[in-house]
Amino acid sequence: MSAGVGVDLENLWIRFGDFVAVRDANVNIKGGDFFSFLGPSGCGKTTILRAVSGFLEPSEGNVLIGGNNMKGIGPNKRPTALIFQNLALFPLMKVWENITFSMEIAGASARDRRKRADELLDMIALSGQGDKLPSELSGGQRQRVAIARALCAEPDVLLLDEPLSALDLKLRQHMRTELREIQKRVGITFIYITHDQGEALTMSDDIAVMRAGVIDQIGDGKAIYNDPATAFAASFVGENNVFRGKVSKLSGNEALISTNRSGDLLARISTANHGKLKVGDDAMMFIRPEALSLATSGSTGDNFVTAKVTHEEFEGNTFNIFTEGDGGKEIKVSIPNLGQSFDDHTGQPITLEYEASNAVVVPAGELANE
Amino acid sequence: MPGFLKEYYKRNGTMMGSVMLGLVLFWTVGLIILPQLSMLDFSFRPNLPPPEIGGPKDIYTLENYKYLIFGPEGGGQDYNAVDLAVFYRTLVAAIFVTLFNLLLCYPIAYYLGQNKGNHIRIFALMLIIPYWINEILRAFALRIIFGETGVLNTLLVGTGIFDTPFDFIRNDIALYAGLGYAYILLMIFPIYNVIESLDHNQIEAARDLGAPWWRIHWRVVIPYAKPGISSGCTMVFMLSAGALAAPQILGGPSSLWFTQLIYQQFNDNSDWPQGAAYAIVLLVTCILLVLAVMRLFKVNMGDIGK
Repeated sequence: MSAGVGVDLENLWIRFGDFVAVRDANVNIKGGDFFSFLGPSGCGKTTILRAVSGFLEPSEGNVLIGGNNMKGIGPNKRPTALIFQNLALFPLMKVWENITFSMEIAGASARDRRKRADELLDMIALSGQGDKLPSELSGGQRQRVAIARALCAEPDVLLLDEPLSALDLKLRQHMRTELREIQKRVGITFIYITHDQGEALTMSDDIAVMRAGVIDQIGDGKAIYNDPATAFAASFVGENNVFRGKVSKLSGNEALISTNRSGDLLARISTANHGKLKVGDDAMMFIRPEALSLATSGSTGDNFVTAKVTHEEFEGNTFNIFTEGDGGKEIKVSIPNLGQSFDDHTGQPITLEYEASNAVVVPAGELANE
Repeated sequence: MPGFLKEYYKRNGTMMGSVMLGLVLFWTVGLIILPQLSMLDFSFRPNLPPPEIGGPKDIYTLENYKYLIFGPEGGGQDYNAVDLAVFYRTLVAAIFVTLFNLLLCYPIAYYLGQNKGNHIRIFALMLIIPYWINEILRAFALRIIFGETGVLNTLLVGTGIFDTPFDFIRNDIALYAGLGYAYILLMIFPIYNVIESLDHNQIEAARDLGAPWWRIHWRVVIPYAKPGISSGCTMVFMLSAGALAAPQILGGPSSLWFTQLIYQQFNDNSDWPQGAAYAIVLLVTCILLVLAVMRLFKVNMGDIGK
């Protein structure tokens, strides 16, 4: 089986008047990959998708699909199919006509189309529903029809613009698995746009984290989560506690950060920033809530933090302790619930402990949701 | 009291409900249905001088309808060829005006409906402003443009495209232009209304799936716009077939519009029963034609109100 068709973005700039929507994007998407662009709304990820599908000409740079430059080729001539955020099914056509619209355009006979529609309906578990109108289906079913309609065009690249955002949580989680399975089965390249880090992490081979038109980091889910390249990536993907400070000492790829509140703390420098931090630089250190644990009170050292507990909550699988942190942002500690008893610490100072390898340092920068 | 009436009164109150219901009934029954019934009654009676009305000669008869088909009794011809020809030509011309308007207005309505911004509002305003000028003035303005020594002929002869002035009026071009122009808005706005609510993503989706622009219109936009198209076509057809001022002013001397015959019967001949019969025939034929076309294109009455 072929490895699928790759997509490359080369020095891609997209401007709307004075506004720069995409700034010098360079991405190589391997054929057959499930690739996600992850970022908050307005970060330019949908703009990139429109440039790949051909609805938008880049201001500078190139879009290559399977190595071919797509400059000047319209969306109806590109080997891509787009799934819209609102699905954009044709309301007046029956489900099977919707699915085989691309074949109708290509001039296929009604019999062939019907046959192909039935195959695809089987694949999306909607056998026998071809004669319904889209409005007669549920949200999840319409979702699958949109996927079938796109796949029927036999695209080399399937583009998905937040197609799950309109579904409720349960269905969304179910569709994640389903999308991933469909992608593995058909073996074509999927480019997925989302602001939901859970979707990106669970489905993607690789993820590009975007902020304000700039791609901050490209990597697989583990790299993005464990080894963020920027403060934005660290704070946008998953929950994270931030400690601000200055680099006070460097040793190899570890740095000692002198923070205002918690003294000197030791952490590892994220891979993308190796060799880039100097003593005296403003830095941010991130520790995940699950990487912090309670220590014997009074312990001191460069991997201990002391803070006053503001409130606690019991979430079921975890017990969460919130303490005062740097600059108004509280520190969250998640302790897995293994049946132990939890003491009430509210209002008391506690000492927290972490492994230096679980704390990551990046240069100070913009945080998500600030 | 039936359930829906009770519900209606509960929602609007007895006083307000009665006023609104009364006004609607006055409008439909008093101003539309009763006068039409009276016309229908007229059309089946002979044209009698006032003293004989209600007398022994005042009986129901099909005379007036026969006249349209067979002409005056003992007129020496098998059919009323002149009036029937006018009737036929009026319907065909009204259909032509309707189709011409549709072809002209669909692209405009599509453009207005799928684009946003200030220039769209200005464009719409430019379409509306000519309607501030009354119908007669607009018709005479077109005469100035299309007349033998009019603007268009001066231009065409002056630039050497034509050797001699072209008679736009005798060839009914002025009439078609006048009728088309008069009802442009009635075609544009219903279509615009529907197309404005069409999700632009559907057009992009069709394009993304490989459709060229005309396939997108054929399969996605036009089916969606069908209620607007049919409501626009119905209005333009009905009003063109029933127009009087434009044919009077812009029609050639030899081409009569059926409404002009009706007008002559009522006004010049003072033959109200005959005029009523002609008017009823025109009305019923137009309604039947519209219903038949709606049936052909599978449009429901309910869609038209959208």
